[in-house]
Amino acid sequence: MNLNFTLIAQALAFALFIWFTVKFIWPPLMRAIERRQKQIADGLAAGEQGRRDLEAAGKRAHEELAEARERVGEIIGSAEKRDAQMLDEAKAAARAEADRILAAAKADIDQQVARAREALREQVAALAVAGAEKILRREINSETHAELLGQLKREI
Amino acid sequence: MAAEHELTPSSYIGHHLTFLQHPVGEGSFWTLNVDSLVTAALLGVFSLGFLWWVVRGATSGVPNKRQAFVEILFEFVDNQAKDIFHGDRKFIAPTALTVGLWVLLMNAMDFLPADVLAWFTHLFAPHGFRAVPTADVNTTFALALSVWLLMIYFSIAVKGLGGWIHELFCTPFGSNVLLWLPNLLFNLVEYISKPLSHSLRLFGNMYAGEIIFLLLWMMAGAGLAGTVFAVPLGLIWAVFHILIVALQAYIFMMLTVVYISMAHESH
Repeated sequence: MNLNFTLIAQALAFALFIWFTVKFIWPPLMRAIERRQKQIADGLAAGEQGRRDLEAAGKRAHEELAEARERVGEIIGSAEKRDAQMLDEAKAAARAEADRILAAAKADIDQQVARAREALREQVAALAVAGAEKILRREINSETHAELLGQLKREI
Repeated sequence: MAAEHELTPSSYIGHHLTFLQHPVGEGSFWTLNVDSLVTAALLGVFSLGFLWWVVRGATSGVPNKRQAFVEILFEFVDNQAKDIFHGDRKFIAPTALTVGLWVLLMNAMDFLPADVLAWFTHLFAPHGFRAVPTADVNTTFALALSVWLLMIYFSIAVKGLGGWIHELFCTPFGSNVLLWLPNLLFNLVEYISKPLSHSLRLFGNMYAGEIIFLLLWMMAGAGLAGTVFAVPLGLIWAVFHILIVALQAYIFMMLTVVYISMAHESH
């Protein structure tokens, strides 16, 4: 156990080793580790942010879906209303048209009836005149009695 | 083992505790323990070279297993330093890593079976080769004194020369003039005891470990009965020694961090 020059030589070697580690070994690996730690932290933060974004997007999609559903309901309601309204209008129009057609047909019928009645009347008058003529061939002059005959015709 | 000598217990142990020395000048101080120095330097170069090789290819992306292993080592040392030292760790943490790793490897040389290793070392060192640098008091003193110098350097760098001298005279008892001398004596004891306990703890543990191994192998060499006893005992001691090797390296590293961080704090 005697001290000798080895002590100084070992101390120098030690100093050299410390210098080498401090300068060339420790900093690069620590930098790499710290960079990786930062990357991981950033990644975790980004993941958290993404999760939050996803949550917000889901909520917004839900809201929009609800709104859209509501609007669809509204639109269907108004369409149904409009449908009913159109149906009513069409019904009313159809009824009016039917009435009109009916009225026209009635008028037509009335006219035809009147016309037929007129024709019948004329025929009856003619028949009556012919009958009367036949009966009264001698005395009755169709020209002198035309006025009387016309009056008769109107009365029938 | 030197076959030409008669093998006695004391010659066996004495032989294994002989340094490979090389004189570099006049006097007994000017001698180099080549074995300690070369082993320590090789271990340092290999371990730091390995780290350097890994670090140069390090990626901040997904690390491979080799890099992950080195990162675990770094994180471990950095966390230990962080718990003790509150400040910029860009010097103290790599220093702790250097000390811890280097001392661990130097201690681990004790695992190599001394007599098997001697087959190779006898090729160039016939009179002995101490393979465990930390069982050489020069190595542990060199480390402890370097840490001690760092301690004083940081004390002065942080508090200023005036602050450091003030601390020598005015702590821990108080700044009364009558207390200057007791304070100084107290601080001197502290400054002397720190490197002594730091280095001798490691040296003592490793030296004792080495001696116990040698005693066991000596017993094994004494005959069949000795071998039967020595082998299980050697196994038990080797397993226990794994703990000592790691623990002493850890303690040495932690004390380095503690001493340097204490230097940063003013009392």
